[in-house]
Amino acid sequence: MSGKTLEIRHLNTSFFTQKGEVGAAKDICLEVRPGQIVGIVGESGCGKSVTARSVMGLVKYPGRVVSGEILLNGTRITGISKKEACSLRGSEVSMIFQEPMTSLNPVIKVGRQVEEVLLIHKKITKKEAKKEAAKILEAVGISDVASRMECYPHQLSGGLRQRVMIAMAMICSPSLLIADEPTTALDVTVEAQILRLMKKLCEAGTSILLISHNLGVIAQVCDYVYVMYAGRIVEQGETFTLFDHPAHPYTRGLLGAAKSLRSDAGLLKTIPGVVPNLLHLPAGCSFSPRCDSCMDLCRSEMPDMLPAGEKGHLTRCWRS
Amino acid sequence: MLHNALQRLLQSILVLLGCALMIFIMLRIIPGNPIAVLMGEHADTAVIERMTAELGLDQPVLIQFFRYIGGALRGDFGTSYSLGKPVSALIASAFVNTLILALMAALFAWVLGVISGIIAAVKKNSILDHLFMGASLLGVSMPVFMTAMLLQYFLSFRLKWFPIAGTDSLAGFLLPAVALGWNSAGSVARLVRSTLLEILEEDYIDTARAKGRGQLGVLVLHALRNAMLPVITMMAIQLSGLLSGAVITETIFAINGIGRLAVQAISARDIPLLQGTVLFSAAIVIIGNFIADSLYNVLDPRIRRRG
Repeated sequence: MSGKTLEIRHLNTSFFTQKGEVGAAKDICLEVRPGQIVGIVGESGCGKSVTARSVMGLVKYPGRVVSGEILLNGTRITGISKKEACSLRGSEVSMIFQEPMTSLNPVIKVGRQVEEVLLIHKKITKKEAKKEAAKILEAVGISDVASRMECYPHQLSGGLRQRVMIAMAMICSPSLLIADEPTTALDVTVEAQILRLMKKLCEAGTSILLISHNLGVIAQVCDYVYVMYAGRIVEQGETFTLFDHPAHPYTRGLLGAAKSLRSDAGLLKTIPGVVPNLLHLPAGCSFSPRCDSCMDLCRSEMPDMLPAGEKGHLTRCWRS
Repeated sequence: MLHNALQRLLQSILVLLGCALMIFIMLRIIPGNPIAVLMGEHADTAVIERMTAELGLDQPVLIQFFRYIGGALRGDFGTSYSLGKPVSALIASAFVNTLILALMAALFAWVLGVISGIIAAVKKNSILDHLFMGASLLGVSMPVFMTAMLLQYFLSFRLKWFPIAGTDSLAGFLLPAVALGWNSAGSVARLVRSTLLEILEEDYIDTARAKGRGQLGVLVLHALRNAMLPVITMMAIQLSGLLSGAVITETIFAINGIGRLAVQAISARDIPLLQGTVLFSAAIVIIGNFIADSLYNVLDPRIRRRG
């Protein structure tokens, strides 16, 4: 045991398109320790979901993991057989998705969909599975479970459906739960409830990798945060350290934009420029064309993750 | 749900009545006096008139119609002018052949169509995909008479593998069933492939994979049931089309089915028989649509309404 629930070492995942290879996740190194909630934050297309899907082995065609290692509880899960991967998915590591509206099969009763996970992974009778499913559905805060289990997904609200998804992900008590924007499609009240639920799950012993573009969500629940930009991790650190002393100009830009939303400062602060095309990344640091403190070195060479102040706080910036 | 089914049933009956009325009126609008044809060219005018009165053809069309419907409700569709037998008996004996042909064609079409559609979708852009889609394109675009005659020429006449025509044995149904079913197989294969490809991109397929389902489990338990919704509608409509008589195929292979009976009725100006066959076909199509609708309701919980 390495004492880490999830360890990703130098992961590269690319999409092989007609226009060439697009590196969607590059040189990702990431750790989730037992009982931790770790966040990945970044804007759309920065590689957060691809990283998560690489762990699940669910990268969509034409993408695939090119190199790197992923270890789950100290055991290598990259390069294992399809069958072994299937036996891990849902039992050791599970995932919930962004869209609760479309993530449940519309023609199967929700109860059956939850029971299904147990029936795949455990030698258990249908009756027992049903009982277990009812228990976990109650645990994720669904009332009137017996009748809800007989419902089809379209008869439930978005919040309820996401709870069903969480129940499905948690029923085999996996060591790692990957939540890909679990609250993005929900309204704020429901978001708060779901986040509270996730915190509770974490206290019960499941580590969580939470993906979001919402800094508020990350700040509320995460112990440790990774910031991604254009396929790479650009900054990582304990949540409070990172939010109080952002070291990478991109993180500062993100936080600045978020802060200007809350104050009466008038104009919304933005990061100038646009996200670069992953097919034609600028030379040197990917953020250099948008950076306000860019130097010559930044335009020619990509920095490694460098220490920035406190222990465990790293940033991919020459100025740190 | 029951309320819904009842409502659709009632609608179906109304449509059927409308069909009957239209068929009835149309057959009386077309030129030519059937009695004159029946009695021959040199028949006496007095005889024709007496005959017309005897058959009730001198009555107003509406009266004739209600008489016809009244008879039809009792299972009496009149007597064929040309064959001298009750229309219902003629249709019943012809339907046996049509039924065998239709079921064989449907079996061939659906088994082949669904399996090749699934393989084509799962192995997208592979040689198998191109092969199956090429074959289905041929099936969809070749007219049935051409397929039928090509099969007949090569497999029956040249290779002597199958009987050329007739229904003495079940083997006689094989070629016509293939000729008739290929077209349906092609449409089913294409629909299965495209729907399945769409479904496999859905989020809930990811969920199923994330649960630990293998490729086969995802396909069978999660994708297929959703993909089959539109396919089953198509199948029900195809089956009703096949059952209502394949005029061309039955004629080419000399199968005494509903289609051939209708052709005979037309050439003999046999109005009761034609009326009977056309109404029968219409009824089959309406029933087929009713079943398709009902199946859709059973399979897709989103369409079910609480009734």
